[in-house]
Amino acid sequence: MSTPHFDYLDRLEAEAIHILREVAGQFERPALLFSGGKDSIVLTRLAEKAFRPGRFPFPLVHVDTGHNFPEVLAFRDKLAAELGEKLIVRSVEDTIKRQRLREPGGKFPSRNPLQTYTLLETIEEFQFDACIGGARRDEEKARAKERIFSVRDEFGQWDPKRQRPELWNVYNGRIQRGENVRVFPISNWTELDVWRYIQRENIPLPSIYFGHPRTCVVLPSGQLLGLNEHLRLDETDEIVERQVRFRTVGDSTCTAAVESDAATIDDIIADLLLAKVSERGATRLDDNISEAGMEDRKRNGYF
Amino acid sequence: MDLLRFITCGSVDDGKSTLIGRLLYDSDSVSLDVLAALENRPTVHGTVDLALLTDGLRAEREQGITIDVAYKYFTTPRRKFIITDAPGHVQYTRNMVTGASTADLAIVLVDARQGVVEQTRRHSLIASLVGIRHFVLAVNKMDLVGNDEMVFDQIVADYAAVADQLKLPHVTAIPLSALLGDNIVTRSKNLGWYTGPSLLEHLESVPAFEEATIADARFQVQYVIRPQTDDYPDYRGYAGRIQSGTYRRGDRVHILPSGQESVIEAIEVNQQEVESAAAPQAVVIRLADDVDISRGNSIVPVGSQIHVAKELEATICWMDERPLWPGRKLLVQHHSAVVKAVVSAIVYKVNVRTYGRAATESAQLNDIVGIRLKTASPLVVDSYQQNRATGSFILVDELSGDTLAAGMVDAMQNSFVPEPLGFTI
Repeated sequence: MSTPHFDYLDRLEAEAIHILREVAGQFERPALLFSGGKDSIVLTRLAEKAFRPGRFPFPLVHVDTGHNFPEVLAFRDKLAAELGEKLIVRSVEDTIKRQRLREPGGKFPSRNPLQTYTLLETIEEFQFDACIGGARRDEEKARAKERIFSVRDEFGQWDPKRQRPELWNVYNGRIQRGENVRVFPISNWTELDVWRYIQRENIPLPSIYFGHPRTCVVLPSGQLLGLNEHLRLDETDEIVERQVRFRTVGDSTCTAAVESDAATIDDIIADLLLAKVSERGATRLDDNISEAGMEDRKRNGYF
Repeated sequence: MDLLRFITCGSVDDGKSTLIGRLLYDSDSVSLDVLAALENRPTVHGTVDLALLTDGLRAEREQGITIDVAYKYFTTPRRKFIITDAPGHVQYTRNMVTGASTADLAIVLVDARQGVVEQTRRHSLIASLVGIRHFVLAVNKMDLVGNDEMVFDQIVADYAAVADQLKLPHVTAIPLSALLGDNIVTRSKNLGWYTGPSLLEHLESVPAFEEATIADARFQVQYVIRPQTDDYPDYRGYAGRIQSGTYRRGDRVHILPSGQESVIEAIEVNQQEVESAAAPQAVVIRLADDVDISRGNSIVPVGSQIHVAKELEATICWMDERPLWPGRKLLVQHHSAVVKAVVSAIVYKVNVRTYGRAATESAQLNDIVGIRLKTASPLVVDSYQQNRATGSFILVDELSGDTLAAGMVDAMQNSFVPEPLGFTI
């Protein structure tokens, strides 16, 4: 008997669709956290494969830091409209006002830590019991240990020592009132897998992923940060004009660009195969602060 | 390029994390900034400590041990690999079961100076219990025994007894040194007497996924798609993942546990109709008849030897701190089906050292026991031996929602095998 051959991308895709359908089957009020970044864009493609010709059984939810790249916000709105799915946007700006939080200071003010507040507020507002996210285990060492269904208490906290064992592909989303579950359908994908999937599926992306000219500030580490109105520059800062692209899409104040001429997905994959620096290492300023940076933030309710 | 999932298991200090670090390092899967973070840390040997690549959580770094399952990824031109790093100490058996449940292959690591120890026997038992078919006996730290062939041969002979007792289908023994990289990616001159494959060569050539694709057709409904739009007023699609085997358009099928019969009108993959689809594809099945089907129901070809049962004999690994006593009420989650159940008896406990069975009154954390389960409504199951997908379940605490145990069906009592036409339960 001949057996059909499935590529590793087919297997990763089937696993992710299975996980998305488990969310739909197990939860009353799930949501898909959508950042406009490539990982969450891939999630929407997987959701189409899981639920069409029906509607998504969840809205797209975006936590807008107010520091997002305008290209990404425009892309987000266009994609939600094309999908015909509901988009909920909640802003960190409003949370800061409502909770009288202190704006992050410093030269490169990152609103990343404040995103957690807005996310928890949004979860409470809509009573979401499951939030789907595009995090991957290859991104960081603490993530490598997180379950696909990750139970959070009402403060959104992750306790690595109290994780439920996750057996076979049986996903246990049973929770008590006040708890919610973070679900990571592409846990087992690497950055390269995501790009190869985008290539295979011909998935459109925001323009900032491709090489483009941009005015940048040169950081002491040598990293490049796109110039924007939120940065507090000194006279001594070196400003340069470079051909760059972004490997991740986060806050514009703490997401560094990499020099690149890559104009197509093929170019990006070629770039990536040569690249020797990990995605988070290349582009995130906030994780380098302490080696346990991500673990601390996840314990506090971060994604 | 295909995909292989494997688990590494061994005792504390057998060098598991170093082995994984070595595979990642030698296959160029470690980026410079991650290496730089490692190089900032003090090491015993004065070189980069590769074990730190997998020890992710702060408590682990502080204690220098692995306390939870970690997943790592690397790719060679031939395969994508998912590594599950399971902890070695006695109290974390549940993590090993967790890691092994998704693995195609187990690397059982032994220290060449220690040979086969109790933990080796325990890990081999668990891996075999959860149905892993391919085993690598990785005899590590060969450099510390002078790369002596006799030492290796003795350990291989000792392990043959274990493999024999557990009836392990495929065992490959490889002498290596994770620290020095001997026989990890390339064959080492230090172990010139060994003529078999390096670890990576073996991992690249082991057949993956043979079982699920050739097994009988099994499908469980996860979600019912009913758009109720102008374009699709009457569309009703049963979304799920093919658990095993192949489905074809036109197949006559049973809907279980109800026993209704219908015909597959269409199979859709990404909204495209296909003639056939196979495990592990995620599909939508549409039926010719308007039958009552909900999440957790199974759709199987007429003539399948699957069982509809409310009484099961099962082997479980108990994973909760509070012990299990007979009479305990809980939930059985059989993939997308959840039913109430009671543990009517704890029949025996497996001795993980001798593999013998002894009577027991209760099951403690990390115990492997045989139980009888009575469920409030019927489950559609195969024995785990027959089918890893449909023979597996978890036990869940009804109140807290915690996962209490991993379960594998051994046998069904008073069950029905559905027969064509007119079958009702």
